[in-house]
Amino acid sequence: MIVRALGLAACAALLLLPLAGLPYTTTLLLPAFGYAIALLGLNLLFGTTGLLSFGHALFVALGGYTAAVLTSRLGVRSLEIVLLAAAATAVVVAGPVGLVCVRYVKIYFGMLTLAFGMLFYSFLYKFYALTGGDEGMRVLRPVLLGRPLEHLDTVAFLTGPFYYYALAVLTLAALVMRRLVASPLGLSLRSIRENAAKAESLGVSVRRYRLAAFVVAAVFGAVGGALLVVPTGLADPLLAYWTHSGNLVFMLLLGGFDHFFGPVLGAVVFILLQDQVMSLTSYWRFLFGAILAVVVIFFPRGLMGLLDPRRAPAP
Amino acid sequence: MTLLEAADVRKFYGDTCALDGVSLRVDAGEFVSIIGPNGAGKTTLVNVLTGLAPPSSGRVSFKGVDVVGATPVRLARLGMARSFQLVTIFPGLSVADTLAVAALSRLGRSARPFTALARDAEVRAAVEEVAVLFGLADKLGRLARTLPQGDKKLLDVASAFALHPDVILMDEPTSGVSTADKTAVMETLVQAARRMGIRAIVQVEHDMDIVFGYSDRIVALHQGRVLADATPDAIRADADVVATVVGRPR
Repeated sequence: MIVRALGLAACAALLLLPLAGLPYTTTLLLPAFGYAIALLGLNLLFGTTGLLSFGHALFVALGGYTAAVLTSRLGVRSLEIVLLAAAATAVVVAGPVGLVCVRYVKIYFGMLTLAFGMLFYSFLYKFYALTGGDEGMRVLRPVLLGRPLEHLDTVAFLTGPFYYYALAVLTLAALVMRRLVASPLGLSLRSIRENAAKAESLGVSVRRYRLAAFVVAAVFGAVGGALLVVPTGLADPLLAYWTHSGNLVFMLLLGGFDHFFGPVLGAVVFILLQDQVMSLTSYWRFLFGAILAVVVIFFPRGLMGLLDPRRAPAP
Repeated sequence: MTLLEAADVRKFYGDTCALDGVSLRVDAGEFVSIIGPNGAGKTTLVNVLTGLAPPSSGRVSFKGVDVVGATPVRLARLGMARSFQLVTIFPGLSVADTLAVAALSRLGRSARPFTALARDAEVRAAVEEVAVLFGLADKLGRLARTLPQGDKKLLDVASAFALHPDVILMDEPTSGVSTADKTAVMETLVQAARRMGIRAIVQVEHDMDIVFGYSDRIVALHQGRVLADATPDAIRADADVVATVVGRPR
């Protein structure tokens, strides 16, 4: 009940924020929306299927670079097309990558995903002619629902139409993911997380379903990544760097991976916390490390575990 | 009608021969027990029959189909189910969800990504049917890990039954169950099998009262070979087999 009330209050706050005349805070939340979508996917892989990826940033970067290539090289400015293209690219890349990765579990799966992430980082960094190398690629302002909105300055665009657009995409992504985890496929994935051998003996195609989760997670990562690069107007190789994947895992643990809305909360709190801590000290990474340690040791179910303690703790 | 047949099956782990030319046939309507001392190859045989371990050589067929190399998933779809020696459950899933995993698999709906599981009346009915048969109907909402040990064992077996298989292979279905409860558990299993139309049961079991009380046929293994394959009465009458496998005259 309390969680539902808090959730409704949070939704209302998110809807009204741009009207409150707080452009800095409003802009600050934009990356949180992109991250939240990516984390919904990552949590399908980890919280639901039991596979922890240390290379999810690969797909976030893939989405970001898809947006960059389409808007700045191919002249495609429609954000709907950009998002669809990011999703399609993710499927094309995640298919073969996933085929290799889901043959393994636990640390071997994590290390393989990390390796693929770093391969992609190296590609982005070294293939200057294609990717712009360390300078990255520009992401031009997209057209939303066929409306160029060129009369708006950047802040007005980001805190108005784009804010609501990103929020709508996040809402849609959450609805789709909610439906998926409550579906037969969602139950099959949870059974794999709990006991893969048992699931297989009951006719669940473990490897095929793990691959499906991997591809869906990649699609969410890429869509989140495509939204993430719009406010900065830049896609750079650091999007694929392993520390970025680490941040995604951090956000997931912070919000709580055994609750559906944990990833969303984790993304929002991480971004706000990062902003506050960075303004206080240059040793913000040190402080973040300490926070992560405290969360893992004392609050293994993350912030959602504090808000919704009635659910049984994860084993 | 022969449902399951193994012919001249050998299984090596490195240089160790776990199964040495084992042949076995299970016909419709039979309750077959596999017995033998520790290390005889009982669990290895079940693993080979259920696709968990491929044989090094030999042939295994199920309902006339060669199933050597078949995955447990394919065997489940063909109509073969198994339960494990150690309790094997989904600790973090409820009893209802555990049974639903098997029911969805049987109905071919496991991969549906957007249908609402909670609204699937056919799956719910299948779950309730099995839960009632196994006395788990009042525990459907409980997480599997919170069940008493005996109920965990029942849930493990019940989930295999929920596949509505033609043949079920049970590796020590009463292990971990108190001596006083063993007969009750077996009665539950046999009644459930009868009501669900399961055509044959194969079990590995150490408790000779259970073995001789329920089996139509007993296959005795010793050092990876079939020592005897006969009715309970014939096995009981064979002093050598009893001495080797049971260790004491009955």
